[in-house]
Amino acid sequence: MSSRLGGISRILLALGMTFLVFAAQGRDALPMAEDETVEKRMVAISDELRCLVCQNESLSGSHAELANDLRREIRSLIKDGKSDAEIMDFMVSRYGDFVRYRPPLKATTYLLWFGPFLLLAGAIVALVVYLRRRGRRVAAAAENADGGLSADELRQAEALLKQTETIESENKR
Amino acid sequence: MKRFLIPLGLFALLVGFLAVGLRLDPREVPSPLVGKMAPRFELPQLASPDKKFSPQDMLGKVWLLNVWASWCVSCRAEHPVLVFLAKQSTVPIVGLSYKEVRGDGELDAAQLLPGDELPLATKRANAWLAARGDPYLLTALDLDGRVGIDYGVYGVPETYLIDKQGVIRYKHIGPVTRQALDEKILPKIKELEK
Repeated sequence: MSSRLGGISRILLALGMTFLVFAAQGRDALPMAEDETVEKRMVAISDELRCLVCQNESLSGSHAELANDLRREIRSLIKDGKSDAEIMDFMVSRYGDFVRYRPPLKATTYLLWFGPFLLLAGAIVALVVYLRRRGRRVAAAAENADGGLSADELRQAEALLKQTETIESENKR
Repeated sequence: MKRFLIPLGLFALLVGFLAVGLRLDPREVPSPLVGKMAPRFELPQLASPDKKFSPQDMLGKVWLLNVWASWCVSCRAEHPVLVFLAKQSTVPIVGLSYKEVRGDGELDAAQLLPGDELPLATKRANAWLAARGDPYLLTALDLDGRVGIDYGVYGVPETYLIDKQGVIRYKHIGPVTRQALDEKILPKIKELEK
């Protein structure tokens, strides 16, 4: 039967099959939210939240089951007219500060926030101390400009210099 | 000799930090719900879905709320421990069947008719309990996982210890082991029973 099909019919058949494939995939896609502004806010909020199942992914980018449920929850909270802060509170009161990618500043997170600056200050102090010590060592070396010869060697060197001077003056004569 | 003391000290400090870090489990996120009232809910009971269960029913008792599902592999490992605990009848255990149908990755819940989910969940949960023993006073069915979200569930199994006033006192994440039972949960129950 297929041998009787003309060229155009074949192309149409191929096209039809392609659409069938698309249709089959379309069924599995997640239902898009009807409201674009809700969706935008949901993505903005869930970008700030950690997915607890796959901890290094944000809630907006995660395919975990729980992430799906939580996004649905955020969507419904937005539709209920909750503010971003209220939605954040909703999440934190259930999952703790850990869900936030930006941890809040409080007594338990002082070290987290200020620790790096503390380390930086320590490094600067260490650097200053080291530079000062090195500076002193260089200055001390400059004072001993005689090149660190002993008294005996110094006398010997002076004697040698004098000798060359007398030889030079004799040669001039 | 002295110049080696500082790097050696720093090295020891680093090893100390790493040793502590290795012992911490990043999956164990401390729950903000510990010390707070157990969130209210009202869910159908597995044994008779017309009857509802609410945490208020347990006021005046120290009890455990164990979140489980038949598709959850770790729950299988945990279950004998719960059955053992139930035999001692030290503490009532209430089961929270979490997304029994929707949570199962091998099943397309979107294809189910709305009325079919509850019977299917009941059938699956009952079959599981029949095969492995039922340690629960009763099991509440959280089909869509909304109650799970209120309790901050992010992985099954999880177990909450709730006191006589209805305050969550402890949350155990992951399967309850004999060790966790003896070292953490049972001592806490004893303390709360006073």
